[in-house]
Amino acid sequence: MTTDQPETGSMPPADAAGGALPPPAGPWRRALQGLASSRTAVLSGLGLVLIVLATVLAPVYAKHVAQTDPFRSGLSAKIMIDGKRSPVMERSTEGLGLGVTPIGPTWGPKYFLGADTQGRDVAARLLYGGQNSLVIAGAATLLCLVCAAVIGIVAGYAGGRVDTVLSNLIDMIWAFPVYLLAISLSIVMLGKTFEIGPIHISSSSLVVPIIIIGLVYVPYVARPVRGRVIAITNSDFVLAARGLGIRPSRILWRHILPNVATTLIVFAPMLMALNIVTESSLSFLSVGVQAPNASWGTILQDGQALLYSRPVVSMAPGIAIMVTVMLLNLFGDVLRDILDPKSVRGR
Amino acid sequence: MTERPTFPMADHPTPGAPSPILSIRNLRVAFQGARGAWNEVVHGLSLTVAAGETVALVGESGSGKSVTSLALMRLLDPATSRITGQVTLDGAEVLSLSEAEMVARVRGRIAAMIFQEPMTSLHPIYTVGEQLIEALCCHRPMPRAEARRAAVALMERVRIPDAARRLDDYPHAFSGGMRQRVMIAMALASRPKLLIADEPTTALDVTVQGEILSLLKELQEDYGMAMLFITHDMGVVAEMADRTVVMLRGDVVEEGPTAQVFHAPRAPYTRALLASVPALGSMRGEPVPLRFPAIDPASGAATPGLPLARQPDLGTPLLEVRDLVNRFDVRGGLLRRKVARVHAVENVSFAIHPAETLALVGESGCGKSTTGRSIIRLAGGTSSGSVRLDATELFTLSPGRLRLQRREIQMIPQDPLASLNPRMTIGEALVEPFLEHRMGPAAEARAKAARLMDQVGLSPAMLERFPHEFSGGQRQRLCIARALMLDPRVIIADESVSALDVSVKAQVVNLLLDIQERTGIAFLFISHDIAVVERISHRIAVMYQGEIVEIGPRAAVMETPQHPYTRRLIEAVAVPDPARRHLRRTQPPSELMNPIRPLDFVPPERRYREAGPGHFVRED
Repeated sequence: MTTDQPETGSMPPADAAGGALPPPAGPWRRALQGLASSRTAVLSGLGLVLIVLATVLAPVYAKHVAQTDPFRSGLSAKIMIDGKRSPVMERSTEGLGLGVTPIGPTWGPKYFLGADTQGRDVAARLLYGGQNSLVIAGAATLLCLVCAAVIGIVAGYAGGRVDTVLSNLIDMIWAFPVYLLAISLSIVMLGKTFEIGPIHISSSSLVVPIIIIGLVYVPYVARPVRGRVIAITNSDFVLAARGLGIRPSRILWRHILPNVATTLIVFAPMLMALNIVTESSLSFLSVGVQAPNASWGTILQDGQALLYSRPVVSMAPGIAIMVTVMLLNLFGDVLRDILDPKSVRGR
Repeated sequence: MTERPTFPMADHPTPGAPSPILSIRNLRVAFQGARGAWNEVVHGLSLTVAAGETVALVGESGSGKSVTSLALMRLLDPATSRITGQVTLDGAEVLSLSEAEMVARVRGRIAAMIFQEPMTSLHPIYTVGEQLIEALCCHRPMPRAEARRAAVALMERVRIPDAARRLDDYPHAFSGGMRQRVMIAMALASRPKLLIADEPTTALDVTVQGEILSLLKELQEDYGMAMLFITHDMGVVAEMADRTVVMLRGDVVEEGPTAQVFHAPRAPYTRALLASVPALGSMRGEPVPLRFPAIDPASGAATPGLPLARQPDLGTPLLEVRDLVNRFDVRGGLLRRKVARVHAVENVSFAIHPAETLALVGESGCGKSTTGRSIIRLAGGTSSGSVRLDATELFTLSPGRLRLQRREIQMIPQDPLASLNPRMTIGEALVEPFLEHRMGPAAEARAKAARLMDQVGLSPAMLERFPHEFSGGQRQRLCIARALMLDPRVIIADESVSALDVSVKAQVVNLLLDIQERTGIAFLFISHDIAVVERISHRIAVMYQGEIVEIGPRAAVMETPQHPYTRRLIEAVAVPDPARRHLRRTQPPSELMNPIRPLDFVPPERRYREAGPGHFVRED
């Protein structure tokens, strides 16, 4: 509609605006300003920073607050509660009264969220597990974006036979349900040690889940990237650049890539959220992070046996996953609104 | 605007005259901006439209003319807009009616609307008949068979050929002009007393525009409808309107009978606007291209434009195009086999001399843009023929050599915003081609960019800015500056001024002429706007269905057109002079043929006869 600034209303010197100009606002700077002015983006970003900080400080918490080693079982440990020494593994009061039940949330510095079946501090493990979950999801996101960008850009820019081969490959991977693919890959890769030249990947390394999770979502990103590259390659400004006699390599780097970058950036938080859920699911199914490493998924699984007596053990990682994913999605929504290709053109 | 003139004649209709169908008093429309601030875009507009009368609302983009039409139908989002004032439509107080009453009593009953884009105004998944029948039945319920008959009658009324058969076609099977006819038929379904036409012919080709305008006039007389005609095109206004209202940034600056507004404009803005509009035929007797008049915005006084001082150098041609052919395959079916071929450009030959402007005119789909792109091998499809720049044959160059050769032939695009990378500053965009062609060091490139910014009338300080921070006219200047960075010898201007507002268009055209005079650049000026072409070209080539049907010196082609298509094209142009209304009534509609041909199609051998010196006409 005609609500935008009349650009010509006054007659001849319509173009005479010279003089004092506001500082140039580039598309990237405007995107940052947009993020900063969105309350949702600022709050969710802050929340995410807090979560990352908390997991980074896990060793500090374990050493100085909880004073435990969350990777060693503490079946015979005892703690002071209300001036009384009580065992971490209490005698069961339910059923036949046989066996032991881990201590519940003390809401104190030690065993804040209680203990798991091994008598380990759940709160400390939650922070350590979060570290792994975030590292895996983050690295997998990066891996996925890089792979998808390369495949999408090559397919979209080269076109022709290259595009046909790559697109069909993508479609083939896409045809597998994500979890089926991830579980099959895990079963093949776990428990093996990989020697690729100087690189040594041990079976329990986090690299294995990172690769698995990073690869399964590649088609979901590569496809839209390819589409965007094709659209940009056919856009007027790329045609104009060709008409000006700009080298193809420079057209790719200077004209196409920066405009595809927005698509990749928009995908990042969504993908990260998806990866956190995938990592947890795989770990929950014992095909993700392997003991003694913890992740939110493994803690969730640990708590499964205690679902009735000590629900906090499985609820805590569940809530952690939910909150993180929600914050990522909120942040991603704002990011998408700001960087959407349609809004890039100004107005 | 410090002073808002009022117009007594708008407020007090002559006693004894029938009460107006539409009366608007002091209409104000405001929109809520992003931060909740209200921004008024129409400041107290008053006008009346009497039965059977055509009132034109003219203005450039941002003048508030379309907003006015939407406001009086209450089609603006009530959450973000505020309408005050008084709008009376055939006795109904529009602004105090409920939404339900608007639907039941006003919209489509008292007043109906047709819009600019007939492509998007029709629902793509219903047949034209279904949509017409719906429009008929929602106003007057009737049995299906009767509704069908009424729909056919309506389609015949708007002169859609073969109406009974085409009733069951989907909108995509209709051309733009035919779709606009369907839209008109739908608007007529309820026999409205007022037809609001919002730029109804802007998206249409000039010959189709003429047909639609004459159809609207004829229907108006038959139905006794009042018409509110919203347009930016002074030619259309002169052709259609009884009275004219000129708007500028939400204010009415002039109102009066059309003849008076055109021949004795009072407001400086109207004078300036009229001076910037090229009138077809005004170049009769002018030997060389003529600049548009320079206009003083305060008084609206126009200083006549200077003629182009530099003559084309008619020795050896600079650019020579021979037997240029460009065809696109149409694929279809399961295996995406070639099923047909679009003969976009067929055996096109012409030459351009240094400092000469050759205009390529024709309607949409005639292949003029493809011709321009084929010359610099950016068209896609399969090309053949020969394009020589001096002694260099462009069609046999390797990609690397072609890239270097592109420096010599530059293009100025139709959509400057889309042609500038949104993530590069203007400075980067200007410097890039210079450095890519290794024409000098970066410092020299920056100095040249600053100098060219000056030349195209922009400030060198703007080099730090991004494309979205400029207005449409400024962006087109930027694209011109970018093309000039490479010191080209030929510039292909592909509809470069078509999307610009009248006043800006005149300035950009003058800029192009200045550049030609200074540097001796040759222009291939591709345009559908014959009035602009007449003003600035030395020679004109008329294209129709991928072929040149007539080519020759400007005066010969414009004053003694030989080919029937050229004649039809020139005749259809609406001239901004109410004294020269000339559109024939009850024109038979013409469908533009698209050049899709079967695979085994062999284009006929064409002969051209010489009608005068350098004036060639295709023999049919």
